[in-house]
Amino acid sequence: MSNESFEPRLVGFLCNWCSYTGADLAGTSRMSYAPNLRIIRVMCSGRVDPQFVLKAFKEGADGVLISGCHPGDCHYQEGNYKALRRHRLLSKMLEQMGIEKERFRLEWVSAAEGEKFQRVCNEFTDEMKKLGPLNLNGGKKNEQ
Amino acid sequence: MSNDKPKVAFYWCASCGGCEEAVVDLAEDILKVTSAVDIVFWPVALDFKRKDVEAMEDGSIAVSFINGAVRLSEQEEMVKLLRKKSGLVVAFGSCSHLGGIPGLANFWNKQTIFDYAYLKSPSTNNPDKIVPLEKSEVDGKELELPEFYDTVYSLDQVIDVDYYLPGCAPPKDLIVNAVNAILEGKLPPKGAVLSPNKSLCDECDRNESKPEKFTMTEIKRPWEVELDPEKCFLAQGVICMGPATRGGCGQRCITANMPCRGCFGPSDQVFDQGAKFLSAMASIIETNDEKQIDKLIETIVDPAGTFYRFSLPTSILRRKKMEATK
Repeated sequence: MSNESFEPRLVGFLCNWCSYTGADLAGTSRMSYAPNLRIIRVMCSGRVDPQFVLKAFKEGADGVLISGCHPGDCHYQEGNYKALRRHRLLSKMLEQMGIEKERFRLEWVSAAEGEKFQRVCNEFTDEMKKLGPLNLNGGKKNEQ
Repeated sequence: MSNDKPKVAFYWCASCGGCEEAVVDLAEDILKVTSAVDIVFWPVALDFKRKDVEAMEDGSIAVSFINGAVRLSEQEEMVKLLRKKSGLVVAFGSCSHLGGIPGLANFWNKQTIFDYAYLKSPSTNNPDKIVPLEKSEVDGKELELPEFYDTVYSLDQVIDVDYYLPGCAPPKDLIVNAVNAILEGKLPPKGAVLSPNKSLCDECDRNESKPEKFTMTEIKRPWEVELDPEKCFLAQGVICMGPATRGGCGQRCITANMPCRGCFGPSDQVFDQGAKFLSAMASIIETNDEKQIDKLIETIVDPAGTFYRFSLPTSILRRKKMEATK
């Protein structure tokens, strides 16, 4: 769908210690970036249950972002590695479910990387604009 | 039918017949059941017809046990009819509870299934390219077939369900307990799955063999390894759905030295069995190295089909995203 006016709905799970603070920094530094990402703060990227990601897609998200501390920097030692492993496995499963892997993104953003957060938001929004809406039929009966 | 015994119906939708077998396998216990109830409809065993059910008063059947997933319009009509005629409806077995093995068809749609089954599969010889039609004419007579849906549904996605008897097929003791609970009126709250609400690992005999902290360094399929009959499957590098699957099955597969495939579905706390298992699985993969992770995940050949083997239609996404068949 090459609809110029399509504004993707994106959901972002950001860890409290790095990425949420990074997003905050982007805000307090008055950087402007695409407003499409709805941010949900979680204590750790390792807290993101794959069910959350599926639910976000099911409820109408066109893309889902998980963002956490850089490898080695996790506040809880290893949570971001857990997120990494889940992201890889879930991406593979999402492709089997007909959801392009580009729609599910993992990024490391530290508390000092407001600029990176800005770039990730813009890039992700642009990519999803190009890819178009996900339009899951929501399991509704398509014979109705 | 001039007696006061409660009336019971059995029906099957998209299923293999194993659930019917499970009823027959009650052996001598079935005599107790048949002496306590009056079976008024059971297509696999008794010669009652749809019109007999239609003639019954609404709500006059005490309980209908329905197995199989719903994938045809005929099945939808029949379960709606039975719902109207029944006081209680019990989803019997994995397919009606979760979608089951037939639910794996939700990775395809009508078009792709028909193309393969009637045209492309290597064992098909169909030079005239005949595919089933809902309406066709033979010798001037119009013949009808039920509509084949794009998507397979669990029973509760089509009608209101009172209780669930899980399992592929449900084990004898759970069936007997359920029938007794119904006869004695000692039923749990509506919507309950009639099996303990704990994970299989909780009751697994091999639980003790599990190391304190265990990780998977490689993932093997059951045929690739000589399985230790005492040791936790996951600790042997074999995918076992136990952590994300409800217990109560009597460890039928485990005692046969095969890992759990998840037929009991998730416990009450979990919405999506496959996602929850994926989460557990990713947690115990040994490595933190990106390349190693990718390599290991490559060896999980079919994660969606494995983790949702019995529960795809009742998962959060319910089916693969595809265009509807026109």
